[in-house]
Amino acid sequence: MPEQLLFAMEVTLNGLMAGVLYALVALGFVLIFKASGIFNYAQGVMALFAALTLVGIQDGQVPFSHLINAIFGTDVHHFGWHVPAIFAILLTAAVMVLFAWIVERYVLRHLVNQPGIILFMATIGLAYFMEGFGDMMWGSDIKKLDVGLPQGINFAIDDTTFEWFGYGFFIDNLDISATIVAVILVVALTVFSQYSKQGRALRAVADDHQAALSVGISLRFIWVLVWSIAGFVALVAGIMWGSKSGVQFSLSLIALKALPVLMLGGFTSIPGAIVGGLIIGVGEKLFEFTIGPLVGGATENWFAYVLALIFLVFRPQGLFGEKIIERV
Amino acid sequence: MLYREAGDFKTSYRDDSQTFPIRFDRFAYYVLLAVAFLVVPFVINDYWVNAVLMPFLIYAIAALGLNVLTGYAGQVSLGTGGFMAVGAYACYKLMTAFPDVNIFFHVIIAGGITALVGLLFGLPSLRIKGFYLAVATLAAQFFLVWLFNRVPWFYNNSASGQISAPERSVFGIKVTGPETEAWATYLFCLIFVVASAWIVRNLTRGSTGRRWMAIRDMDIAAEIIGVNPLGAKLSAFAVSSFFVGIAGALFFSVYLGAVEVGEAFGIQKSFLVLFMIIIGGLGSIFGSFAGAAFMVLMPVLLKNSLVGGLGWPTDLAAHLEFMIVGGLILFFLIVEPHGLAALWKVAKEKLRLWPFPH
Repeated sequence: MPEQLLFAMEVTLNGLMAGVLYALVALGFVLIFKASGIFNYAQGVMALFAALTLVGIQDGQVPFSHLINAIFGTDVHHFGWHVPAIFAILLTAAVMVLFAWIVERYVLRHLVNQPGIILFMATIGLAYFMEGFGDMMWGSDIKKLDVGLPQGINFAIDDTTFEWFGYGFFIDNLDISATIVAVILVVALTVFSQYSKQGRALRAVADDHQAALSVGISLRFIWVLVWSIAGFVALVAGIMWGSKSGVQFSLSLIALKALPVLMLGGFTSIPGAIVGGLIIGVGEKLFEFTIGPLVGGATENWFAYVLALIFLVFRPQGLFGEKIIERV
Repeated sequence: MLYREAGDFKTSYRDDSQTFPIRFDRFAYYVLLAVAFLVVPFVINDYWVNAVLMPFLIYAIAALGLNVLTGYAGQVSLGTGGFMAVGAYACYKLMTAFPDVNIFFHVIIAGGITALVGLLFGLPSLRIKGFYLAVATLAAQFFLVWLFNRVPWFYNNSASGQISAPERSVFGIKVTGPETEAWATYLFCLIFVVASAWIVRNLTRGSTGRRWMAIRDMDIAAEIIGVNPLGAKLSAFAVSSFFVGIAGALFFSVYLGAVEVGEAFGIQKSFLVLFMIIIGGLGSIFGSFAGAAFMVLMPVLLKNSLVGGLGWPTDLAAHLEFMIVGGLILFFLIVEPHGLAALWKVAKEKLRLWPFPH
């Protein structure tokens, strides 16, 4: 088999894996958008915040130590204990639920019935607030996140592909576990929304707020629930991205990467988020591989956006989105 | 006692629809202009110009531009940083290619070039609406920044990849380059600011502005009553980009002198200008100025009071700034969606009746 083709296959496989990670972030967006019509720009910062909290709890950091030291002139930074990964994850999930409740209580409740674009800007404000809050709570240095996921090259795949083609593919173990986790997450979410009582209520709210209210569904509870789930998805995305590239500010920029995924897949569709993520992941890796060297590289910065833009001109609601009908 | 309209009779339609219908306002405006042009240049120093006045003036132009697009025409754009970069690089190319032409024209032509680029990226707005469009404008942001980073022609093959402004002067007074006087650069920017505000004000209260507002309020309904959505949306994109381009050109040539595109015109800049118009007030000229002043002054004040006054480390002050900016945006969206401009309006209403409100 020609070498170029083998390289392209490897790039495609890696693109698929990257696409799964994009889809993980996009999933959080879709959940909130379906349930409350809010386009939650803060999703990326939520992932960053969750990852920061997780590392902070694991290492036994003192929250706000920086601030306390600056005000009282003390020198505290660590409690001196280490929390096992599983407990730390549970604690972080609890923090995200608390966060969801606060957001509902102090922000969303006051913005009911505002136009979508105002809500979008409100989540931008929320993102800024959380970014500053997270940094102030846990410090802004780059942290290493390790919850015991396997890392590094997968030798089984390397060996098998070497036997088949005479060229070993480089696939990261972390990407494989991310794929498995993503699949589990999607199945769990689908089962939850199809078969559980709360899931049905959630779909009812997504369908029609007023009708849902009139049959006795508490909107506020649903919003807290859906922001908690989105917080949990953000936690999973934060763990995956954090283990891959360290917990740092750039983690919050994955939200920007998830936007074209959403536009491509449609804002209201969970399968759309997955398919969109895969298309963008493979597309940008292949584009960088084939066209990138001709135009100076680093095309990954914009390829996804331009692809989504061109795509939207022909199909404004995305691949799986609901048809937009407008009336005067 | 001061702020009265009693006895100020309007005898023509023209009088009634002027920008400052109340005599006191008109008077205050002329005094402000006089102070800005005749007093401030003599009393300012380098610190004030570089830390407060120049960023305020330049961001005010950018905010005016974005307000045309977002506040008046209702098309949310996150590509402001990218369009500012177009203005900066266009100005740089013009300055180096035609050194004999006055920089005044370079800045204006740079605005024109940005308007053309804005038109191009405004085309999808005919199909895409709301935040789909907001996300689509991110394509402009990332693509333009990438383009200026990667294509050596734009930065004249300089080794560092930066662009730096050569020395240029107006009437023999240096306004760009390393050896400028504080008052000269200030006045140069001020002229652009006053002209921009005057043009935007008159555009938005004429038929063009009414078309934009009709499109903003509901584009399908506007189309039915005879507004051409193609013309209205594209003209909003062009006019907006023109001013944003001018702001970018001034930001690079007069204010910073040398820029690295990803750092100076990144996505953060787009958000910053967007915040200015949200906090200042969407669809308001005064709001653009108020928002720009607020977002420029707040970090300076915070830094001075926290780092200088309380002795906090700078990074902590920076985190607090993020929290305050985010909190303020939420606060304004919840309590006063129309921003500082609306607060100003309420204050003026109260002032007219004071001290006998009943």
